[in-house]
Amino acid sequence: MATPSTSPAPLAPAPSPRADAEAPPRRRRRGLVRFMRNRAAVAGAVIVLIVIAAAILAPWLSPYDPVQASFLTVRQAPSAAHWFGTDELGRDVLTRLLCGARASLLAGVVSVGIAVALGVPLGLAAGYFGGLVDGVVSRIADALLSIPFLILAIALAAFLGPSLTNAMAAIGISAMPRFVRLTRGQAISVKAEDYVEGARAIGLGHYLIIVRYVLPNVLPPIIVQASLTVAMAIIAEASLSFLGLGQLPPAPSWGSMLNTAKDFVSQAPWMSIFPGIAIFVAVLGFNLLGDGLRDALDPRES
Amino acid sequence: MLRVIANRLLVAVPTLILVSMLIFGLQKLLPGDPVLAMAGEEQDAQMIATLRAKYHLDEPVPVQYALWVRDVAHGNLGVSLRTDVPVASLIAQKLPVTIQLAVMAMVFALGIGIPAGIVSAAHRGSALDYGANVVALSGMSIPNFWLGIMLIFLVSVRWHLLPSSGYVPPTDDFWLSIKTMLMPAFVLGAALGAQLMRHTRSAMLSVLRADYIRTARAKGLLRGAVIVRHAFRNALVPIVTVLALLFGELLGGAVLTEQVFTIPGFGKLVVDAVFNRDYAVVQGVVLVTALSFLIVNLAADVLYILLNPRLRRS
Repeated sequence: MATPSTSPAPLAPAPSPRADAEAPPRRRRRGLVRFMRNRAAVAGAVIVLIVIAAAILAPWLSPYDPVQASFLTVRQAPSAAHWFGTDELGRDVLTRLLCGARASLLAGVVSVGIAVALGVPLGLAAGYFGGLVDGVVSRIADALLSIPFLILAIALAAFLGPSLTNAMAAIGISAMPRFVRLTRGQAISVKAEDYVEGARAIGLGHYLIIVRYVLPNVLPPIIVQASLTVAMAIIAEASLSFLGLGQLPPAPSWGSMLNTAKDFVSQAPWMSIFPGIAIFVAVLGFNLLGDGLRDALDPRES
Repeated sequence: MLRVIANRLLVAVPTLILVSMLIFGLQKLLPGDPVLAMAGEEQDAQMIATLRAKYHLDEPVPVQYALWVRDVAHGNLGVSLRTDVPVASLIAQKLPVTIQLAVMAMVFALGIGIPAGIVSAAHRGSALDYGANVVALSGMSIPNFWLGIMLIFLVSVRWHLLPSSGYVPPTDDFWLSIKTMLMPAFVLGAALGAQLMRHTRSAMLSVLRADYIRTARAKGLLRGAVIVRHAFRNALVPIVTVLALLFGELLGGAVLTEQVFTIPGFGKLVVDAVFNRDYAVVQGVVLVTALSFLIVNLAADVLYILLNPRLRRS
């Protein structure tokens, strides 16, 4: 794991205004400059922004209804009226893709939000306090990690019942132990730093020390991991929806679109081609962004 | 060394216990009362009580857990609610199919990922390195079930080169079996190969910076020999650990691949069980998966010690 940084100033914009004020602006700007120089990373950020824009603006970008069937336009090949063709119920594929971006992005961001919200505090507690807390938290994380990510997500989604919300919960819980491990390792190394010792010496409480000194300094690798995990979560949501365990029809999601499209692959290949490309592009964007953030925030790893 | 290995085994015990509790707990997530569902329309009190006693559902939860563990330890994973076949024999029947798929996928992943990683690291910064990285990142970003659908469309529907689905046991017709499994194995192996390439590359890069590599080059050894004999042998240590972790992804990916290519394996079994609400099967599959994943990672830990002379001596 990464060695602790010798300065209390995080390289990334820290969440608490206090830590922000402590960070010399020059150092933060260096991370940003390094990020901007990395063409792949900028491309990733642009892709992510485009996907976000598509998800937000979906209803205004297309004249068609994403759910309403239209039996006069069943399985039409791509044309000027329907750029990406129509599906087995005559719905415009492009419109459904734009609306599907909402499900995918939401699934990616919410499930990683769940994983971070559960994993980071547990990891901080385990790393900072050590001892019994560490033992219990680490064993639970190990147990969850010993079930392969997608199998655990499928099992949870199966027992919770199919829906987008349950899929997000299942993916979030399955991704959580990664954040526990990462945060724990980082917290252990930050704990040994002089400034944490100093904070303890002047009598600050554990809570304040964790929030003010430990958290801001463990954040950069967590941000990197979060970005890469969003990519993984988008694929996981598409996988669950493809299996019928995520977004339920008729609401569009890229995975559920592929689930129906696979039965029409010889008659209407466009139904399969475009949702797959959408997943690929969105996931590639988050992977590029994550790689770029890692190079910018943690130069030792590159 | 034996003590280190014994230590690893000991640490695995609490993990195993927690995993079993977790999997046992899954069924408690289910809404509703399974006995009421089983009893059917009549809701006969006598029958409900018999069913409860039969499945030990009248006992407290810790007792239920202990009874379940006793059964599992005896290889009894319960009975499929759907087909009345013991879950253990269902799994034993499907496992060879998935093992064939996994082994062939691993051949693809290793055959593509490791050479590409070595070449990429040896030519760091070149167009070749750049190209290999682009391909690897794309491979990681493509959902494998979509890659499968696209290959079926091109290779089977358009070009009629390979069968699009199904399974032939190797004992029936060896070559046809390999041929049928070729496309699914490639689909499953591609993403793993991409990750393996990235890990091999970074492991090689950090080894190539070491002093003993410079020494080997300085004493006039050929570049190729240094890369393969000196660098790769040392880079292999972290790669083994990564491989064990990728095994989990292999199992998860197999579920989707089997679904796309309608291969009657382990993954198809679990998906069908999910839709038939056959929870005993789901539980059994998750348990066997977790167990094999734990064993593979333990084996990797041991191998790690064996491969690393510094740890071996201690």
